[in-house]
Amino acid sequence: MAPYTDWSISEIAERVRSGEVAAADVAEASLARIEAVDDRVRALLTVTPEVARAQATAVDRAIAAGEDAGPLAGVPVAVKDNLCTHGVRTTCGSRILPQFVPPYDATVVARLREAGAVMVGKANLDEFAMGSSTENSAYGPSRNPWDLDRVPGGSSGGSAAAVAAREAPAALGSDTGGSIRQPASLCGIVGVKPTYGRVSRYGLVAYASSLDQVGPLARSVDDSALLLSVIAGADPRDATCVDVPVPDYRAAAAAGMRGLRIGVPREFFAEGVDPAVGALVRAAVERLCEEGASAEDCSLPSVSYCLSAYYIIAPAEASSNLARYDGVKYGHRAGAHAGHIGLMERTRAEGFGAEVQQRIMIGTYALSAGYYDAYYRRAQQVRTLIRRDFDAAFERFDVLATPTSPTVAFKVGEKADDPLAMKLADVCTLPVNMAGIPAMSLPCGFHEGLPVGLQLIAAAFCEETMFRAAYAYERTTDWHTRHAPL
Amino acid sequence: MALTREELRSVAKLARLELTDHQLELHGRWLNELLARVEELQGLDVTGIEPTAHSIPLSNVFRDDALRPSLSQTEALANAPEARDGCFVVPRIIED
Repeated sequence: MAPYTDWSISEIAERVRSGEVAAADVAEASLARIEAVDDRVRALLTVTPEVARAQATAVDRAIAAGEDAGPLAGVPVAVKDNLCTHGVRTTCGSRILPQFVPPYDATVVARLREAGAVMVGKANLDEFAMGSSTENSAYGPSRNPWDLDRVPGGSSGGSAAAVAAREAPAALGSDTGGSIRQPASLCGIVGVKPTYGRVSRYGLVAYASSLDQVGPLARSVDDSALLLSVIAGADPRDATCVDVPVPDYRAAAAAGMRGLRIGVPREFFAEGVDPAVGALVRAAVERLCEEGASAEDCSLPSVSYCLSAYYIIAPAEASSNLARYDGVKYGHRAGAHAGHIGLMERTRAEGFGAEVQQRIMIGTYALSAGYYDAYYRRAQQVRTLIRRDFDAAFERFDVLATPTSPTVAFKVGEKADDPLAMKLADVCTLPVNMAGIPAMSLPCGFHEGLPVGLQLIAAAFCEETMFRAAYAYERTTDWHTRHAPL
Repeated sequence: MALTREELRSVAKLARLELTDHQLELHGRWLNELLARVEELQGLDVTGIEPTAHSIPLSNVFRDDALRPSLSQTEALANAPEARDGCFVVPRIIED
């Protein structure tokens, strides 16, 4: 069998569209790879062979009939399990939705399907996307394909692990505080969080509605640009999805580095960031300068307050969004209980894991009468300060370069007893969500054999600039061609 | 700004979470730790700063008030823990 699992997304799509390769064969290769490695990687909660085969058959039929099978024809994709998939179990990594079968597709899922992609499974995540390692999944953690004793990151850890293990060349994740970028960094792949409002959230199970975004994970910048161009764009079903034209991100990526101004904000290299990680990121910036960019240090002072503001805003919004899980309309319902309030209280206590319960508690408190102004409103004001700092930076720079994660992948269990330490994993990624701007992570080297990610941040709706810088860097290195030894 | 037991119980009630005494204690510890951490925001000068609720400049987005296909009743009830006569079955709400 040809090494389909090594092929890029664009390579698969081109060869399937030309009729050279059958989508059915590509799908079988992906399913075989999952069979071979996923008992160790545990990237997928639900494998979907029937759906994959049916979708692949439909693609091959379309090609045979001379129809356009779409820009992702035959491309296997893993979908994070907080994205609704019609007829396919969607758990959000929680015991409160053990057998929930959505009656509709998320918009991004429908767009992938219409583009000819083939869904091979639903990927593991921290419960309701709350976490940075997948250790909060009610169904057990996923493993990092580079070292199975280590976490793949989170919350889109399953998506990142699936791509890094070559189970699929494409995955969808969601990012509220770093949940696409951080696992991409830890797994040595590319992950993109688009501008807030760039991609529809219809069918994404909501965690924090003003921060959540769906985005692609893939093994190269070009592949991630292709995926984003398929899923991005206006959607009448999502009132927060902005009607801005979707540029040709792949073409933009190839436009070159010359003249690009890079800002390097010093707060992202502070205490807590492993010096080896910082050094690799600075080396990447130097490489970009060799390619024609210019770089300068800068400062975003309000970033140091971001963790505190985020851990008021995100849990507050989550406490509201997760109120719907009450045992009434879907999901787990407690057995014995006292009345309808008791039913809800017990259902939620039984169904939600500890981390989710903690965030609901802090969120409920922060929004309650008497505390709203002191906590939630104040955090929102800090959010304005963070946005202003980024706006000021983007007057001087085209992109900002930072580490994605302060460390390389940590061991499973290492941070489990220290929730605050776990949250520090997101200190480089959170500010981006708070400001609503786009950012991506791509591989920039290895430390002690484990991947390190470079984060590139751009101004709102300037994903093209971000892709330009990323592609120019990627071209000068071979990090993205290295495979996890699995 | 440490939370008392009573305050914790009241938050749990609002959050519709049935917590044991032990769980309440654990949650209390974590909440108090986090509140201590976020205390640093109280020291910031935010006078005159507008709060940001949403990062994009959109106000109310409306569509035409026209009928469009939506979920059928069967689809909507398909995941119900208990359903009867086209309704979700829940414990009695209104007391005699």
